[in-house]
Amino acid sequence: MMILSGDPPRSRTLSILLVVIVLALLATPFIFPGAKALNVAAKICIFAALVASYDLLLGYTGSVSFAHTMFYGIGSYAIAISLYGLGPNWASVAVAVAAGLPLALLLALAIGLFSLRVEAIFFAMITLAVASAFLVLASQLSWLTGGEDGRSFQLPELLRPGTVFIGKEWFGFPINGRILTYYLVLSACALMILALLRVVNSPFGRVLQAIRENRFRAEALGYRTVFHLTYANCIAAVIAACAGMLNALWLRYAGPDTSLAFSIMLDILLMVVIGGMGTIYGAIIGAAIFILAQNYLQALMSIASTAASEAGLPLLPGLLHPDRWLLWLGLLFIASVYFFPTGVVGRLRGKPAAKH
Amino acid sequence: MSEIAATDTLPKPRRDIAPLLLPVVLALLMIPLVGSASSWVTLTVASLAMGMMIFIMASGLTLVFGLMDVLNFGHGAFIAIGAYVATLVLLPLASWAQADSLLTNLAVLVPAALLSMGVTGALGLVVERVLVLPVYGQHLKQILMTTGGLIVAEQTMYALFGPQIIPMPLPAALRGSFILGDVAISKYRLLALLIGLVIFVAIELVLNRTKIGLLIRAGVENREMVEALGYRIRRLFLGVFMTGSALAGLGGVMWGLYREQVHASIGDELTVLVFIVVIIGGLGSITGCFIGAILVAMVANYGGFLVPKLALVSNILLMVAVLMWRPRGLYAVTSR
Repeated sequence: MMILSGDPPRSRTLSILLVVIVLALLATPFIFPGAKALNVAAKICIFAALVASYDLLLGYTGSVSFAHTMFYGIGSYAIAISLYGLGPNWASVAVAVAAGLPLALLLALAIGLFSLRVEAIFFAMITLAVASAFLVLASQLSWLTGGEDGRSFQLPELLRPGTVFIGKEWFGFPINGRILTYYLVLSACALMILALLRVVNSPFGRVLQAIRENRFRAEALGYRTVFHLTYANCIAAVIAACAGMLNALWLRYAGPDTSLAFSIMLDILLMVVIGGMGTIYGAIIGAAIFILAQNYLQALMSIASTAASEAGLPLLPGLLHPDRWLLWLGLLFIASVYFFPTGVVGRLRGKPAAKH
Repeated sequence: MSEIAATDTLPKPRRDIAPLLLPVVLALLMIPLVGSASSWVTLTVASLAMGMMIFIMASGLTLVFGLMDVLNFGHGAFIAIGAYVATLVLLPLASWAQADSLLTNLAVLVPAALLSMGVTGALGLVVERVLVLPVYGQHLKQILMTTGGLIVAEQTMYALFGPQIIPMPLPAALRGSFILGDVAISKYRLLALLIGLVIFVAIELVLNRTKIGLLIRAGVENREMVEALGYRIRRLFLGVFMTGSALAGLGGVMWGLYREQVHASIGDELTVLVFIVVIIGGLGSITGCFIGAILVAMVANYGGFLVPKLALVSNILLMVAVLMWRPRGLYAVTSR
């Protein structure tokens, strides 16, 4: 209870689902062999943390930000530029953390103070504009960021796949730097999610929910809503930057397509809404569903697409083409906003839908 | 306190011309910076033409927001769809479009543009009924729903037209430029300028001289009051939404011809630009939108000419500058 900050899943099915996901993630290196499974698992961890931090904004304060990938990208690029420029050692990782997190924090502070005074819609538009400018900057300043190609770099020795700790004899699984990196990612993401749970269940988190429900009233009660919203924006930004750093460490690469693209922003939105807004747990469920679908649904669709084209149906092969998987998730997204706005988690908890 | 007698006409609202002067001042300031007069004229015409195209795309968005407090994040999809639909007419009839006669060219271009506007207008009807109607008054859900619509629309376009870039060449008669002395003005830009001005004047006339316009303006200012007077503002809004979507489609056709290519991603790209324009102009204001569009285009063109690197973030800088001066945009129309 303590570790979940007194906010348990409150549904048996949900608890079982979460336990299964966490156990599967913990055991991935040993039960699902192969690089793909490990990549998928690491991506689920990173996105669960990233989406949870976005949930703090969207679900708990009700403000839509389109700049979340910008902070994610700042983290990724901080690691990439630092390890690329200063060499693969722990000192450069420290430099990246010391430079990246304050940068994300200051930017979030500036955006928040500038645009959170007024309505949610204004904040959404400003963040969209700032994030797109940042994306253009990152892909144009190629001397710093590597442009469209991004930056590949080497990890510190301890984390490299070549580093073998225990020989091949440990139940037949090699324990190498890659596995260590995976557990580093997993535990860091778990810590961030638990920290977010702590934040949303603190008095501060309650004020955020009050602002979401009725900003005017929260202000009348004496809370300075602009500052509360700005703090929430800053916390979310710092956690997103941390997730970005882990992402860069895992991929050994940072580029516009893996960290800054608008499509990642849409992915985050899809995950948070499908999982369930304002629950934090929804982030884990949403990330797991979405990334599993992203990696394995396409195979299914490709079978369906070939079947449809063999049956000579018009249009359907194109709609079922594996590259169009986002179309179906988009439809699911609209349906879930409309029919079950509390997402999978809200559905499982079975409470009446909260009014926004 | 002066008494206002019942027979007096209402006091005239104070005319606010400072924003109107802004583009003029900016253009004049650029004369010494650009240096040569001929490049200045070319740049200015280019920015005005680009500004008109952006205005056509943005006008619907700002009215829709002003009237019903609905911000359509999927607006960019209409732009892309408009451009794609036009290729359906332009590509099969490419021989007409490339014939060296203005009349034959227009015989393809006008139906293409009308078809685009028809399709995007009809889609606007569907989107309003299906996506926007269930979530009136709920900003968060509106943003999510319309973003979902954007995803679905974009993916459908990929499914129907394929992921490749489709070329969309300008008709032969519109290529090249008029040469006046040592000033070159591209024909297509002149046409875009003309169409943009016509649409701006038409919107202003409808808004200021007709009963529908009166209702729209009243609705922007105070929706409940108009409803209380017995007008069905939802129907009015549906009309505005469809018109806005159709204009976005037209803007898409013009932008596609301007760039001479079409891709589903132009929707995303232009959404950002259009949002910046709408914010600069003040949500709900057509005049503000018009000026904002010209300002954005001017900053892009002059900036690109003088300091190419700055052009990347010039829009943001412009937006910050304008919002420092007037926090709610050039013309704050809505009371929200």
